[in-house]
Amino acid sequence: MVDARGLSCPMPVIMTQKAMKSKEDYYEVMVDAQAPLENVTRYAKSQGYNVEVEDKGGEYLLKISR
Amino acid sequence: MEKKNDKLFIIIAGLIIGIIAAGLAFLGNPKNMGFCIACFLRDTAGGLGLHKAPPVQYIRPEIIGIVIGAFVAAFAKKEFSSKGGSAPMTRFVLGFFAMVGCLMFLGCPFRMILRLAGGDLNAVLGLVGFVIGIFCGIFFLKNGYSLKRTYSLTAGEGYWMPILEVVIFVLLIARPAFIAFSEEGPGSMHAAVILSLAAGLIVGVLAQRTRLCMVGGMRDLVLFKETRLLWGFIAILVAALVTNLVLGGFKFGFAEQPIAHTDGLWNCLGMLLVGFACVLLGGCPLRQLVMSGEGNADSAVTVLGLMVGAAFCHNFGLASSAEGPTPAGKAAVIIGIVVVALIGVVNTYVKAAAAEEAA
Repeated sequence: MVDARGLSCPMPVIMTQKAMKSKEDYYEVMVDAQAPLENVTRYAKSQGYNVEVEDKGGEYLLKISR
Repeated sequence: MEKKNDKLFIIIAGLIIGIIAAGLAFLGNPKNMGFCIACFLRDTAGGLGLHKAPPVQYIRPEIIGIVIGAFVAAFAKKEFSSKGGSAPMTRFVLGFFAMVGCLMFLGCPFRMILRLAGGDLNAVLGLVGFVIGIFCGIFFLKNGYSLKRTYSLTAGEGYWMPILEVVIFVLLIARPAFIAFSEEGPGSMHAAVILSLAAGLIVGVLAQRTRLCMVGGMRDLVLFKETRLLWGFIAILVAALVTNLVLGGFKFGFAEQPIAHTDGLWNCLGMLLVGFACVLLGGCPLRQLVMSGEGNADSAVTVLGLMVGAAFCHNFGLASSAEGPTPAGKAAVIIGIVVVALIGVVNTYVKAAAAEEAA
């Protein structure tokens, strides 16, 4: 799991990008703000993944799968 | 579908912002300076008496509007949250030197777009430097640069910047004796307060909703092949260009451009410093201002760094003028590039070495 809580963009996307180099089918990313939530989602979708968001009260768990 | 809407929204927002920005110059703001975050923070610092340069003192309502607009938009969307604690002093220093670069070039990235849209070819050299600076920043990002995490802070922390802007607005309206406004020069040129404030509010709301950022466009294109933010940049340029052409504000060439100088090398190096510092900060001066309205104390500290930087630039003769850069300003830009590079190195490699030792 990528823990990108508290990090401002572009760090969460860079971390996701690095993690996704292993080309697995499922990743989890934790963020705690709207901008990284949108940016990581956008990036994952651009790589052909689906994104499901779980709201954990101010923090968001992104379930990225294909 | 969702993605298309996303891009369309920022393009529309960019077009609106471009028209407003070019329009403000016809309503009284200096030419090619409908908006300039660096210049307006500098003018505001002067208005408050932090520096005494007579031509550039005025409390700019656009700044107040952007922060309050961003605050309202973030609050309405439940995105407002008090957070901070990610390398505040480093951000202050980066803000300080970003301003040194801006005042070498005479404009922030936002005004660079407006200068391009006004036909000012000196801004092309600024753009070249800006892109080089962004690449310098990206080099560190790719190698693991980070200023570490922010944390949730006490509820009151995030309100300081919006409150400060309200106080400054009161000072603008009441204008007690210690507030100084320029009687000539760029600081004396301004649209009516209500128009400037409204323009700021609209731009603040749009920039908050779209996460618009002038360095983010190029950065995301290089890092992720993501073009959304770049479309915002281009939309502002196109809209301001068309508005200038329609209203007769377009003047093509290098010489005698409004509030600009023709020293290409230093226009380039100034914006190099800005691009570099802003990538390490995570956003351009506009974006920092918007985030300071969203409750981000780190961005608020960055804005203070920008303002103190502006005060220094005018107190110690670092800022350029239409006649060109000053020797002290050139030295400050070189020092700035070195300091920003050191910040990059320390927060990329030194930290990584420490982590290896721990492991």
